[in-house]
Amino acid sequence: MCWVLPDTMESFESIIEVDKLNKSFGENHVLRNFSLSLKQGENLVILGKSGSGKSVLIKCVIRLIEPDTGKITILNHDISLLDQDEMDLLRADVGFLFQSNALYDSMTIRENLEFPLRRHWSKEEREAKAEAAVKEALEDVGLAHTIDMMPSELSGGMRKRIALARTIILQPKVILYDEPTTGLDPITGREISELMNRIQKKYNTASIIISHDMSCIKMTANRIIMLIEGRNYAEGTFENLIKNNDPKVRDFFEGL
Amino acid sequence: MASQNILNTPFLQEVGEIARFTGRFFREVTKPRQEWEEFINQCYFIGYKTFTLVGITAFIMGLVLTIQSRPTLVEFGADALLPSMVSVSLVREIAPVITALICAGKIGSGIGAELGSMRVTEQIDAMEVSGTNPFKYLVVTRVLASTIMVPVLSSLAIAISLYGGFLGANLKGDVSWALYWYQAYKALVFADFVPAIVKTIFFGFAIGIVGCYKGYTSKKGTEGVGRSATTAVIVASLLVFILDLIAVQVADVLGFT
Ligand SMILES: Nc1ncnc2c1ncn2[C@@H]1O[C@H](COP(=O)(O)OP(=O)(O)OP(=O)(O)O)[C@@H](O)[C@H]1O
Ligand SMILES: [Mg+2]
Repeated sequence: MCWVLPDTMESFESIIEVDKLNKSFGENHVLRNFSLSLKQGENLVILGKSGSGKSVLIKCVIRLIEPDTGKITILNHDISLLDQDEMDLLRADVGFLFQSNALYDSMTIRENLEFPLRRHWSKEEREAKAEAAVKEALEDVGLAHTIDMMPSELSGGMRKRIALARTIILQPKVILYDEPTTGLDPITGREISELMNRIQKKYNTASIIISHDMSCIKMTANRIIMLIEGRNYAEGTFENLIKNNDPKVRDFFEGL
Repeated sequence: MASQNILNTPFLQEVGEIARFTGRFFREVTKPRQEWEEFINQCYFIGYKTFTLVGITAFIMGLVLTIQSRPTLVEFGADALLPSMVSVSLVREIAPVITALICAGKIGSGIGAELGSMRVTEQIDAMEVSGTNPFKYLVVTRVLASTIMVPVLSSLAIAISLYGGFLGANLKGDVSWALYWYQAYKALVFADFVPAIVKTIFFGFAIGIVGCYKGYTSKKGTEGVGRSATTAVIVASLLVFILDLIAVQVADVLGFT
């Protein structure tokens, strides 16, 4: 079904376009007319406090959650118009790093990394190339020696790297990071941020990074959108926003 | 107004949700691209995990049933009928239902806990994001495996329980090996086996569906996982009895008596 998603990477104006997204859970209005647009090669950070709906936002983008209203376009495809098969194919181009890593804990690291290939590569392709792809992805994150270990044998920082390796194994065009450094110590957090930058250069990806870790944001962001009260509250580069005088924006940059 | 209240009880809502889940199972099982490899894994896993337990229990059931039936039969001077009586009750009722209850405990809770923890740690979402349909990969394979393996385990349980019966018949009485099997088989007709095995197919299906439903729709938090596992066992065991009741009636109507 490859004709569904022509490979015309060069011609995209924006990789992801979110237009007036609304989502509520019962009385809880999480997103209100939220919009964003992700350009090619860009690292866009979404900044907002806990519970502001950041995870909900990127889960809508990958269609794990259905939004109430609003339009989401990925690589020129309006995702609400795609059927399940077409959406699955599109998902090969979109990597998603879960806040909780979501490694399959009954599988080895090798099986974890091979899992995304089973849908997108044929059996012959997998037999020929899977081993090399797994090794390359593990080398990218510096954990080649863990290939036959189980996720439960690894530390938190190592699990995050393995999850990242699983995210990049299909060489996606865009990666969605859900709080990649939260819960890690500052040194490990910095290593993960460096890794993200290195991967972006190597595979030429665009990314949406959800974070409230200032050192990670400083290292990775080209542009920042502040998600406050479900809205796109403020937008700009790190240097712009740190000079912003709005009290709600200032709260985030306090003490920097 | 009143009818709305009845329809809104948690019990009926749950029944409706399980019915919807079952409907989805039948939709997904007929679509192309099934996960045969995972299905074989699950069959092996379910069979391997429960066989020892089922075997030991079946042997003891056969043994105990025979020992306990003897005094009553002796009272009527009918102890020669012991092998026949025991074999009929083991084949028609006891071995299939005991096997199903063990499977409800072991398989139902296993699936409930496994899928529940995959749900709360977002592993099911991760499968979806990587382009694999988690319902097919996790639910369809497990339900099919339990639908097939519970009848297989029940058949084995029937055979093993009859050996238990032989031991029981010989503890106090004296029945030769050949005579025991001759009498046990003579009492049985093909019509005894058909409803016994057919109902275990439904038991297996119910156990698989309930375990998967509870796990797959597990609520956030580790507490939710525990609750999924326990309620899976309770609901599956209850369903086994209800289905058994229905099976008796249906078999009666169809003339399998
Ligand atoms: N499946 C759901 N059902 C009901 N409410 C939900 C659901 N998912 C999220 N919410 C609600 O949406 C709001 C936003 O949640 P979300 O997980 O997006 O926060 P977040 O910004 O990612 O926070 P954190 O930084 O802590 O991860 C919360 O109030 C949460 O209660
Ligand atoms: Mg979150």
